[in-house]
Amino acid sequence: MAVPAAFFAVFFAYPVAGIVARGLRAGGSWHVGWIGAVLTESGIGHVLWFTVWQALASTALTLLLALPAAYVFARLDFPGKRLLRALVTVPFVLPTVVAGSAFLALLGRGGLLDQLWGVRLDTTVWAILLAHVFFNYAVVVRTVGGLWAQLDPRQEEAARVLGASRRRAWRTVTLPALGPAVAAAALIVFLFTFTSFGIVQILGGPAHSTIEVEIYRQTAEVFDLPTAAVLTLLQLVAVGAILAVHARTVRRRERALHLVDAAGTARRPRGAAQWTLLGGVLATAGILLLLPLGVLVQRSLRTTDGYGLGYYRALASADGGAFLVPPIDAVANSLQYALAATAIALLVGGLAAAALSRRAGALLRGFDALLMLPLGVSAVTVGFGFLVTLDRPPLDLRSSWILVPLAQALVGAPFVVRTMLPVLRAVDDRLREAAAVLGASPLRAWREVDLPMVRRALLTAAGFAFAVSLGEFGATVFIARPDRPTLPVAVARLLGRAGDLNYGQAMALSVVLMVVCALALLLLERAGTENTGEF
Amino acid sequence: MLTLDGATVRFGRDRAHTALDGVDLTVAEHEVVCVLGPSGSGKSTLLRAVAGLQPLDAGRVLLEGRDQGAVPAHRRGVGLMFQDHQLFPQHDVGGNVAFGLRMHGVPRRERPARVARLLELVGLAGAERRAVATLSGGEQQRVALARALAPRPRLLMLDEPLGQLDRTLRERLVVELRELFAELGTTVLAVTHDQGEAFALADRVVVMRQGRVAQSGTPLEVWRRPADAFVARFLGFDNVIDATVTGEVADTAWGKLPVPAGTPSGGCRLLVRPAGVRLVPAAAGLACTVTARTFRGSHVALRLAPCDDGPRLDAACALRDAPETGAEVGVVFDGEDVVVLP
Repeated sequence: MAVPAAFFAVFFAYPVAGIVARGLRAGGSWHVGWIGAVLTESGIGHVLWFTVWQALASTALTLLLALPAAYVFARLDFPGKRLLRALVTVPFVLPTVVAGSAFLALLGRGGLLDQLWGVRLDTTVWAILLAHVFFNYAVVVRTVGGLWAQLDPRQEEAARVLGASRRRAWRTVTLPALGPAVAAAALIVFLFTFTSFGIVQILGGPAHSTIEVEIYRQTAEVFDLPTAAVLTLLQLVAVGAILAVHARTVRRRERALHLVDAAGTARRPRGAAQWTLLGGVLATAGILLLLPLGVLVQRSLRTTDGYGLGYYRALASADGGAFLVPPIDAVANSLQYALAATAIALLVGGLAAAALSRRAGALLRGFDALLMLPLGVSAVTVGFGFLVTLDRPPLDLRSSWILVPLAQALVGAPFVVRTMLPVLRAVDDRLREAAAVLGASPLRAWREVDLPMVRRALLTAAGFAFAVSLGEFGATVFIARPDRPTLPVAVARLLGRAGDLNYGQAMALSVVLMVVCALALLLLERAGTENTGEF
Repeated sequence: MLTLDGATVRFGRDRAHTALDGVDLTVAEHEVVCVLGPSGSGKSTLLRAVAGLQPLDAGRVLLEGRDQGAVPAHRRGVGLMFQDHQLFPQHDVGGNVAFGLRMHGVPRRERPARVARLLELVGLAGAERRAVATLSGGEQQRVALARALAPRPRLLMLDEPLGQLDRTLRERLVVELRELFAELGTTVLAVTHDQGEAFALADRVVVMRQGRVAQSGTPLEVWRRPADAFVARFLGFDNVIDATVTGEVADTAWGKLPVPAGTPSGGCRLLVRPAGVRLVPAAAGLACTVTARTFRGSHVALRLAPCDDGPRLDAACALRDAPETGAEVGVVFDGEDVVVLP
């Protein structure tokens, strides 16, 4: 409990507070009045309005497209299901720069749609919404589908026997059981899209800007720190409110449901309706999720003189000029950082989850919600905050390589907590008692009883933390040293330069990153956990 | 061996609910004691308190004369078989039985032989590699027993040991357990809500009511002389009636009943065991109508309603003598089966 609290205080609260203080303090006094001044600016009002409505629209569109998929993955059995489930999860952990470039390759100038029908969607809201669906599809499929698969089908059968039609049984039995999970998933999608950065930055064009993008612009381009600080505070308040609502729905979800082993509830599709649904979901997933990834691969292989591995070979040489080192070195950097970040996230998140599972109370529930905050707070702020607060004694980490993993662990730790907590809570206390009566000390009982049961969850958590740190961009871009770029930073830097070679290399490097992420996720699926936690 | 001295446990807001209320109890070496009581009478709490899983609010638990107040559960050296077994799902059968051996530092090479012997003892020889999930209820119960016995606890406690099993299996296992405990000389403290199980298993029965000991004695003593109306009703005797004693006769709503000599005069309650309710022709005794008859194998249980609207009563009679439902019979009472309750 003390370790995670200290971690979040030093590496999250302190940097964020540092940034806010830097923005709102001048000449030794606070200028609260600036908040009002910034909020009444018309440009800012427009940003606020756009942030909210695009998040609402993205959430609605994601639910519309992903809920049928949740049903298909939960209740229908078809070949390639595991592989497909791993694939639809890839976008979730993909760096936003990669997703952005994938959608650019699909919808932008010279993209697939442009070539085929002369349609361009970049700089429109549609590109942003579709990319958001691309990202958050897996959140709904996993959160809702995971629960759906565990709902006992006999509950519905009982309703049918009592005279309810198929539709009525679903509405009266299944839907109420799923309701809180749907609400929780929707809130998380809203949270992610509300704070969207990379997607809007790349696809939105000058007309569309979210709070997060505006913070980045004010910080890194205009150097208007007071405005950035106000926007950070505003986002913090909004995210805090969303998380509070989320915590309430999650707690409601904890009421007793009759859950069964998910392995036994899926059946092969029967009847025209189920086959149509399966086909529709597969087609949607194919077009929306796999096509962008496919286009990315295709672009990485299409060199100026026909298809080939030229761009991949170029990654190994340093003459591209964009870096001090060959871009391929970023792979090693990324892996090293991600491993360290995973270790930190597991330690911090594991301790927090253990503390939360053993005790209850308003204070701990508050702490639980607080742990989610780094997911929603501007990564730009955190990264910049690291630079301005952790650069002098007592904590001078500016030149230390550990700075990058620390920032990444901040994003990974909430995933660890979310994954471990339900499993730890599910361990029957009497098993611990049985161990104690047989002579195991409390520590030994934890090792013998808790650890084997959470081993799978631990693996899942580790994989998620690993993939998330691998893809972290917003904070890393500020604090990674120029001679040690991570994969997403390298991709972004390549994208930012003109020329076919740089563009091709960016695509090739994106593919490398995508493959590494996908491998981590496939290993997770292998570990056999059906339910990758709650959000 | 085990002594409870005013053991008190309270639960809930402001500790308002008393689960154990000043319980005094001793279990001698090699004795098998069965605590009997309805659900909510504090039986399981009693076991958890002895095991050290439930701290006492007052009183003491002594094992071999030593106060266990400061001794944590894993150092008390008592075994506890949980109500729903609580086998470790991550271990196979052998791993479950060997768990306590590992905790007590039994050398690795000695464990397989001891596990095998224990499994043989409970009738599951060779089941070491089986997964816990594949076991039937009865097999789980046997594995749980072997696991609890493995570290050779000085006191073995069983919480509803046969509670979830079907009737025939239960009756067979009761006999097997009795033989096993006699053979091993184990000191046993078991709790159950099933009187048949308690009487079959125990050297001594302790009946509990709302956290207090209501009666303690050998099965025969408790069966023959229930201490009060609660114990009598809990044992399944419903023929309890208010009476006024004068000499060797008691005046009740069922008429005059014989009572043992030396019964103090005045108001009391009487228990008439069903076997003491004898049927005679309608005119020769208390006139009753048979409202129900239940076949019980060795006898037939009858429910009788007195024609004068007195309290109903239960009777037991031989199969060939049993009247049909609706028949008019007379009832007389046998002094042998009348018990005076306070």
